Amino acid sequence: MFAKLFKNSVGRKLIMAATGLGMIGFVVMHLLGNFSIFLGPEGINVYAARLQSLGPLLWVARLGILAMAAFHITFGIWLTLENRRAKPEAYAVRKRQASTFGSETMIYSGLLLLTFVVFHLLHFTLRVIFPETSNLIDSAGRADVFTMVTESFRKFPVVVIYLAAMAVLFFHVGHGFKSLVQTIGLNNDKTLPLFGKASPLLALVLVLGYISIPMLILFGLVKG
Amino acid sequence: MNLTLFVWRQKNAKEKGRMERYEAHDVDPDMSFLEMLDVVNQDLIHNGKEPIAFDHDCREGICGTCSLTVNGIPHGEQKRTTVCQLHMRHFKDGDSIYIEPFRARAFPVVKDLVVDRQALDTVIQSGGYVSVSTGEAQDGNTLLIPRHDAEYSMDAAECIGCGACVAACPNGSAMLFVGAKVASLAQLPQGKVEAAQRVCVMTETMLDQGFGNCSNHYECEAACPKGISVKFIAKLNREYLKSLKE
Ligand code: HEM
Ligand code: FES
Repeated sequence: MFAKLFKNSVGRKLIMAATGLGMIGFVVMHLLGNFSIFLGPEGINVYAARLQSLGPLLWVARLGILAMAAFHITFGIWLTLENRRAKPEAYAVRKRQASTFGSETMIYSGLLLLTFVVFHLLHFTLRVIFPETSNLIDSAGRADVFTMVTESFRKFPVVVIYLAAMAVLFFHVGHGFKSLVQTIGLNNDKTLPLFGKASPLLALVLVLGYISIPMLILFGLVKG
Repeated sequence: MNLTLFVWRQKNAKEKGRMERYEAHDVDPDMSFLEMLDVVNQDLIHNGKEPIAFDHDCREGICGTCSLTVNGIPHGEQKRTTVCQLHMRHFKDGDSIYIEPFRARAFPVVKDLVVDRQALDTVIQSGGYVSVSTGEAQDGNTLLIPRHDAEYSMDAAECIGCGACVAACPNGSAMLFVGAKVASLAQLPQGKVEAAQRVCVMTETMLDQGFGNCSNHYECEAACPKGISVKFIAKLNREYLKSLKE
């Protein structure tokens, strides 16, 4: 069945849609987990310790996300190259009537997200960007994620990087969500305008949720 | 009124083309866009120059032969209007108008504004038909079709195959064209028999013919002179998903 999907235009799109949906699912869950920082060290440090205690299960989840990302990126690049080849000559004048800035820049927003994810993993997963505040232990003997995050987001340039990345996520998911709904065939006359509006709204809510964390920390509103 | 035209001129498929400037004088607002070009061509012929080649046939918006991109939009900015039915009253005295061919790798330029749209026929030949016996004329009434299904199918069948969707698509994809055909046939009992095979073959032929993939920009729907909805692309996607089960 995979071979069948690969050679068909709709099949390739379905792989984009399924992996895109999976990653949106991850982004939503990740945000909900991150909100535990607002409960202080007792929130996020406990949450982090629970995640770690999943052991092999955590690795299954990680590999699953990695596989989704790998397919999404490979097919995203492949489709984009194929689509460019199909439109070799540009119009001298072109007027956009329905496409958006977000829809026409999916490959750029996607690749920027990839760059950000690498940075983000180095920052909070491998903890090599600010090692001095990232490898502490709290009074209960758990990894002190709270201090790692709050110390990072007191640094203005770090906050700027995260804000920029979230702006990029807004454009990618703003088109991506409505696009995947169409790709999996859910649309009719009524849902087309509905998802057209719901998609950027979902992206906005996600992005506002994420940026609330560094912003509130930067302004000193998150206390241990 | 007087207009300045910038028109794509290209001798043949091999040579490089370029935009050239022409002045159109005393254009009557009641002329159609193609009549305006006819008058410009008369002038060119009169002065011993090569007239501008463009495609046209019915000139009443039903055949899908006319194929000009006007100011960056296939068939021009007027909604649900083929360029042959576009009237000069929608322009203002002194306007500059850019006229280019329908652009896509699958539509090579033959000359000036004329492109070869055979690739669309090849896609239709690959699966855009019903090969089960549908009987004689009188049998039409023996197979009852719910009104909703008939309307839905006919809305999709409104496609005149002009290729504006391909020309408007940033990916040069023919997804709206294929979607309209697949949806129209899959909604009727006669077309259901071959639905699974049809959607696979037609979307694969689409790629073989050099069209791109759909990225859901929806430029196709905005440019379509018949207002074919992208809901038919969603229907195609559903048909494809169903075909995977077989
Ligand atoms: C990491 C690097 C990424 C790259 C290179 C990338 C690339 C792309 C590209 C090129 C497309 C458009 C494909 C097309 O329609 O022609 C796309 C669609 C999409 N992306 Fe990404 N993306 C990335 C990350 C993400 C992430 C993190 C998410 C989720 C939060 C995501 C969700 C989506 C969705 C939902 C779609 C729409 C799928 C469809 O059209 O059916 N992407 N991506
Ligand atoms: S010439 Fe027939 S539709 Fe325009």
